Amino acid sequence: MAGKSPIIIKGVKEGLIFLLDDQCDFVTLLDDLNAKLDKHEQQFTGPIVHVFLKLGSRQLEDEDKERLRAVIKRQGNLLVQSIESDPLPPDADAKPALYTMTGIVRSGQTVEYTGNLVLLGDVNPGGTLRCTGDIYVLGAMRGMAHAGSAGDDHAIIAASLMTPTQLRIADVISRPPDEWASGDPWMEYAFLRDGTMAIDKMASLGRHRKEVMQFKGV
Amino acid sequence: MGEAIVVTSGKGGVGKTTTTANLGTALALMGKKVCMVDTDIGLRNLDVVMGLENRIIYDLIDVAEGRCRVNQALVKDKRFDELYMLPAAQTKDKNDISPEQVRQIIESLKPDFDYVIIDCPAGIEQGFRNAVAGADQAIIVTTPENAAVRDADRVIGLLEKSKMAAPKLVINRIRPNLLKSGDMLEIDDICQVLAIDLIGIVPDDELVIKAANQGEPTVMNLDSRAAIAYRNIARRILGETVPLMQLDEKTGMFRRVKKFLGMG
Repeated sequence: MAGKSPIIIKGVKEGLIFLLDDQCDFVTLLDDLNAKLDKHEQQFTGPIVHVFLKLGSRQLEDEDKERLRAVIKRQGNLLVQSIESDPLPPDADAKPALYTMTGIVRSGQTVEYTGNLVLLGDVNPGGTLRCTGDIYVLGAMRGMAHAGSAGDDHAIIAASLMTPTQLRIADVISRPPDEWASGDPWMEYAFLRDGTMAIDKMASLGRHRKEVMQFKGV
Repeated sequence: MGEAIVVTSGKGGVGKTTTTANLGTALALMGKKVCMVDTDIGLRNLDVVMGLENRIIYDLIDVAEGRCRVNQALVKDKRFDELYMLPAAQTKDKNDISPEQVRQIIESLKPDFDYVIIDCPAGIEQGFRNAVAGADQAIIVTTPENAAVRDADRVIGLLEKSKMAAPKLVINRIRPNLLKSGDMLEIDDICQVLAIDLIGIVPDDELVIKAANQGEPTVMNLDSRAAIAYRNIARRILGETVPLMQLDEKTGMFRRVKKFLGMG
């Protein structure tokens, strides 16, 4: 940002437009704004001038917008009319809520996903599945699975054959078979019950997933 | 145009070199023209197992660096006219040759042979990438141990990325008595985890060690059960359908008498 100010002030019929650079650090922006207003203090006396702030692609929290307002308010005659950001571009990598993939996650391979994941295949020992949502493995889960990796402790891990080396949900880590063992021939899922890993058969899922539409017969 | 098959495993000591030597010899025995290429540069063993150590003049690195032609570096086997070996260098290391150079050498061998069998070093580093570079197919060797199966799985994952045809599995060093007592990984379990086609199972056999030390591939010795197993694998490579070997062969008195009488 050498030499170039991150703030450009334009005069229009309605008042002043402040074009704030959207690449630089927010603190730098505030400092620069302060400096600019101090420098031209005498120019900002007189009748009330309407100010329109344009943030470019920068998205601000209400708190930070308030800080901007506070800086400008120091000049008695400036009145902030609006603080605008460019509308968010459509999210190019928006993913479906439930992503389905096939194949075998082999030793040394990692699959990461933001959302819920269905794997039609196996996870072998040494392989890793990591998701911010739920994990459903239609196959053998022999490796490591981490559901709710961003901290969602309601996430579950379901597998047709549940013999993992390690399971993690949110920040709870569990090591079967030291902590629990399963060898039951039906599909099971792991979830957190009061902060510890528990395992139950798939049909019980309805009990703690109330928001999923339940089949109640016709 | 021949076919280049790499024999690899990830883990060391599972029998890659033994498998290469025996498959090469078995294919030659069946009348195919075979070249075995040792890519374990710095730790070459294939020549020792084949008993050809004292015939080496040039090696893989010499070919790659243009000090000789491929044909000059090939060592002809002492038993078969149609069996050759391209030895690795013992003084250099794996980084002294690039996957592209190996690929070119393998490509130059393929027109002259029915099969080019590449012996891969252990590990998944440069040596592995070198060995895999020129191969059309892969044979994964593993033993019924968890560590070996993990490494095999890792290697299969790496090969899947390289767009090679699906690799085939050889389970080596099976001990039927341990298998029966449940102390060894079941063949079915290994196949289920690795999920690739099984091309052969080889029982553990002391004669293999003896033969390797004498520089004679086991496959020549028909008393060895491993020899039969390797011959079966070679036949499957040639496209024959051969049933898997029965491992729990009874060696009781009755059987021995029957065998002695030529009925077994």
